[in-house]
Amino acid sequence: MMKKNAMIDRYRWWEVVLMYCGIFVFLFFVLAPFIEGFLVSLKPLGLLFSTPYKFLPENGSFKAYFTMWESVPEFGRYIFNSFFISTVITAVVLILVVPASYAFARITFRGSGTLLGAFLAVNMFSGAVLLIPLFRLMRAYGMLNTYWSMIVPGVAFLIPTAIWLLSTYMRRIPRELDEAAYVDGASHFYILRRVILPLAMPGITVVAITTFIGAYAQQFIFALTFNSKTEYMPLPIGLYAYFGRQEVIWNELMAASFVGIAPAMILIFALQRYLVAGLTAGAVKQ
Amino acid sequence: MPGQKSAVIFAWILLIPALAYVAAIVVYPLLQTVNLSFTNASLRRTTDYIGWENYAKIFDAEFATIIGRTFLWTFLSVSLKMIIGTGGAMLLNAALPGRALFRILTMPPWIVPMAIGIFMWGWMYNGQFGMISGLMQRFGLVDGPVAFLAYGNTAFWATIITDVWIGVPMVTMYMLAAVQSVPQDLHEAAWTDGASRFYRMRRITLPMIFPAAITMSMISLISTFNSFDPIWILTQGGPSGSTTTMIIDTYSTALGSKKFGEGAARAVVICLFLSAFALLYFRAVTKLSKRMTT
Repeated sequence: MMKKNAMIDRYRWWEVVLMYCGIFVFLFFVLAPFIEGFLVSLKPLGLLFSTPYKFLPENGSFKAYFTMWESVPEFGRYIFNSFFISTVITAVVLILVVPASYAFARITFRGSGTLLGAFLAVNMFSGAVLLIPLFRLMRAYGMLNTYWSMIVPGVAFLIPTAIWLLSTYMRRIPRELDEAAYVDGASHFYILRRVILPLAMPGITVVAITTFIGAYAQQFIFALTFNSKTEYMPLPIGLYAYFGRQEVIWNELMAASFVGIAPAMILIFALQRYLVAGLTAGAVKQ
Repeated sequence: MPGQKSAVIFAWILLIPALAYVAAIVVYPLLQTVNLSFTNASLRRTTDYIGWENYAKIFDAEFATIIGRTFLWTFLSVSLKMIIGTGGAMLLNAALPGRALFRILTMPPWIVPMAIGIFMWGWMYNGQFGMISGLMQRFGLVDGPVAFLAYGNTAFWATIITDVWIGVPMVTMYMLAAVQSVPQDLHEAAWTDGASRFYRMRRITLPMIFPAAITMSMISLISTFNSFDPIWILTQGGPSGSTTTMIIDTYSTALGSKKFGEGAARAVVICLFLSAFALLYFRAVTKLSKRMTT
């Protein structure tokens, strides 16, 4: 059996070459902006605008990574804000989603299918469509230009996917376990707390990570529209303000971008397994 | 477990926090949008109902152009995402050394703050110093520097490419999962019968991943139709409106010019289109699942 598998996967040399070429082109497309951004961050500002174009930097140095802290003084604050906003969003989403997922996964009640569908329908509408009434809502409750203006709408649009992922996960936990507890007289609340929650921990971890990434990677439109105070800006908006200026210090901004995305890059390598699980869970064969 | 009355009540207690939240932040604003679309709301203090006037105003030739452009933009972007993503998934599925690393390297665009990736694309599109124009000149494809974001035609494609770049990791990972779920025995049986690799891909892999591809392209269709960040950051809808999709148009009407009522009417039209897509999606999924079971 093993041998057969090995045979079926044996490629001729030109097939291997062709596939590596394909993978190279594919990965180059995916990584090109990062490569370009990194090279720009290494070039001294004066040489950046020299023509003709040179792919590799001459006299490249990491100087921009040190000077940027002065050019973008609020940089540390932006990163803190990004993480703070994403963390609060993730916590709120989990508090709302864990009980709801249990209800969908374990209790039969009329209209549960429709209700789950209704939750998923929220995914259809991007924040952009709802910006006007949200803007007025925020203004009415004095939430404009606060952290809440980014947290409150952020949570709403991450709930549907989180419910979908987590209830799919909980459904896969064998029913015999809670039925045994139920026969012994345990209440639904007890089963949720003592049986399902501990068993669903891996699923909850996946949902927490996916939600955090969603909150971290997609913070733009709400922050752009609802907050104009520098001290609350998340990283993308903070940098966006700099990119819009007349004289852009490109190499330092690229360096800042890299330092800003480094935590996410480290996360990818550390949590790769969870990410793929979150992205594809319940997707293909459901 | 029997669906007792107390259990049902408990279910609703568990659901109420999430339900209330979504009702307040999504459903209520949605209804408000519809309501606003019949008013002349703006920054002025008074707001009057003006009937269908906003709708009458937006359905002019210009809006028809914007709708057409949005559909073309979305169609091109989704098609490219699906082609590149599925191709990438097949390559990443090949039993080659290093494939675990290649799979990780596919994820950055999805995981890094989207806006920052788009800033970097903005630099790449720069005519004087950007990579694309630079490399094209080096290889003699163009004579002089091309400022991709300065001309309508190239800006249109530039925003599409960046949007594709954002969507590709998700499509790739999803389609990779689909490719991996194709039963190995099918391949083995065909292989024993002497089927070539290309023949197996065409006759086994592609038909087997077709349902997943339909699902993914519908999901992608909805998110692409809603795409805001790449266009806003790269061109803000310009030059001279050549990258203004319906979302961008709504945003600049509502929050740029502060014409809330008119913007709301545009948002309602977007919601109608999105609902149509969702309906299409559900019909496609039910049809597919029927075909799979019979």
